[in-house]
Amino acid sequence: MTTPIIQFKALNKWFDDYQVLRNIDLDIAAGERVVICGPSGSGKSTLIRCINGLEAYDEGELVVAGITVRPQEKVLEQVRARVGMVFQQFNLFPHLSVLDNLTLALRLVRKMPQGEAESLALGQLERVRIAEQANKYPLQLSGGQQQRVAIARALCLAPDILLFDEPTSALDPEMVKEVLDVMVELAGRGVTMLCVTHEMGFARAVADRVIFMDQGQIVEQGSPLRIFSAPENPRTQSFLAQILAH
Amino acid sequence: MALSPSLDSEIRRPRPRPARGIGRWLRHNLFADRLSICLTLLIGALLLYCLPPLVDWAIVKAVFRSDSAACRLAAGEGACWGVVAEKYPAILLGRYPPGEQWRAVFASALLLAAIVATCRWINAGKILIFGGLTAIFGAFALLRGGWAGLTVVDSSLWGGLPLTLLLAIVTVLGACPLAVLLALGRRSQLPVIRRACGGFIELVRAVPLVSVLLLVAFLLPLFLPAGSSIDVLWRVMIGLVLFAAAYLAEVLRGGLQSIPRGHLEAAAALGLSYWQTQIHVVLPQAIRATLPALMNNFISVIKETSLVTVVSLFELTGALNLALIGDVEWREFYVEAYLFVAAIYWLLCFSLSRYSQRLALRLRTDRSF
Repeated sequence: MTTPIIQFKALNKWFDDYQVLRNIDLDIAAGERVVICGPSGSGKSTLIRCINGLEAYDEGELVVAGITVRPQEKVLEQVRARVGMVFQQFNLFPHLSVLDNLTLALRLVRKMPQGEAESLALGQLERVRIAEQANKYPLQLSGGQQQRVAIARALCLAPDILLFDEPTSALDPEMVKEVLDVMVELAGRGVTMLCVTHEMGFARAVADRVIFMDQGQIVEQGSPLRIFSAPENPRTQSFLAQILAH
Repeated sequence: MALSPSLDSEIRRPRPRPARGIGRWLRHNLFADRLSICLTLLIGALLLYCLPPLVDWAIVKAVFRSDSAACRLAAGEGACWGVVAEKYPAILLGRYPPGEQWRAVFASALLLAAIVATCRWINAGKILIFGGLTAIFGAFALLRGGWAGLTVVDSSLWGGLPLTLLLAIVTVLGACPLAVLLALGRRSQLPVIRRACGGFIELVRAVPLVSVLLLVAFLLPLFLPAGSSIDVLWRVMIGLVLFAAAYLAEVLRGGLQSIPRGHLEAAAALGLSYWQTQIHVVLPQAIRATLPALMNNFISVIKETSLVTVVSLFELTGALNLALIGDVEWREFYVEAYLFVAAIYWLLCFSLSRYSQRLALRLRTDRSF
């Protein structure tokens, strides 16, 4: 087997005196699509935020695309060039047009000329089926449209790894599907995806592996089929029972 | 299949328009209820009582000619606008040498043009910055002289409107970048920088501007190496810049705090550096959010420049004093002269205030500069 693109080795993290991640050992293969679920406060967001250094860890080791993640500017710069992220709250920059949101990092970080950046950005907007909104401002768009723009923004930098932190949790119900459709389509394209979500349908459709976390630990993992139909751990069972009940 | 009635386009009526007319307007705005009827009558009576004497004083019985004898005859009954007619060059231009005054006039025009152009083409970017700086340096060069056969005019002789404009513009231009650094520094992760910036802001905000001006004018030279002397104008500008920067920094800090953490994280995730994030993501939003308060501070700066008289720089109000104090013939008519100067300040500040309202409205509607 080739080297995993992401390796957590005995990783521990505390918020002040509260331990949020406990002894995480996890390998993710290049191209793998992983869904992470678990009750709120279980550490799943913190886990993926460690990958691009938005959170620093205290013990253990984390290697992403061959780079050991450390809270140093040069290291983070290299890691973030390989890792894209989509947030629950979209986090588009409201003072920039949709197009400028996409080209900002291309121009500033990749030093790409304006014209080239714009045509690349338009191509990505096309992919998330929102190119006609390129000159609008984020707050003029619906939540679903904003999240698709956020996905396109992450895609512009051609990341090897895409992190999704509850991408549909802040959306009105009728907009969840348009975002999931885009994500399903992405999943077919070989990029490594880590997605914190409770969308079990999405997990079933695209995930190679589902990881269940609780209280800072990885409790159980396996194929979506096995986790959903025959969870072994009682905590997984009770969580899934609650999620699937409604 | 029956269509639901709400899908029928005729169901959506335009909003009913309220009836118009002067009678309606009066009733609605002035005589709506018992309280407003009372207030309307009271204010009406006050106006009737005050307005005629005021008009009488300011216009009917006023002396407009530059004739101090006529003014003295009308004293107590009519305004003496003659003092303005007589003294306006001295008030507007201060002690600038009489033969060279066209230079001060041109310099004022350049500075005013720079302000107007900035407001008009606020989103013109580099051209605006280049043009604005050219205008300011042009004004400096004109006032200073020493090139192309222009005689050198020492900065202690500069005064009146060009000095007021120059001080205000330089203060705002110098204070803005400094305020940004102070505001960012106050939120820095590094304790030394955070404390230094916080300490500076608190210190400056705790002392009156007059004392800062006296400090830079009289105390600062004592600390400088012997023989080196920085012109008092420069020292005063430094004082004004430091003072304004501390206040602007506090305003900006509020704006910085209003930026959601998520925006910083998104910028970090995209690989933007600290400064790229501040310049392209944080500051544009913080400035938009605090624009009315920032403009308010700019307006204060214009008025605060009048305090530099304490260190013998004669901007508008200083030039006014200078023009009247030594002139027995005219000095009793200082009220009228002050009204004239007040009108100039009002024109400057009111225009800026209106502009800031328009700008705020524009930013709200299309969210772009």
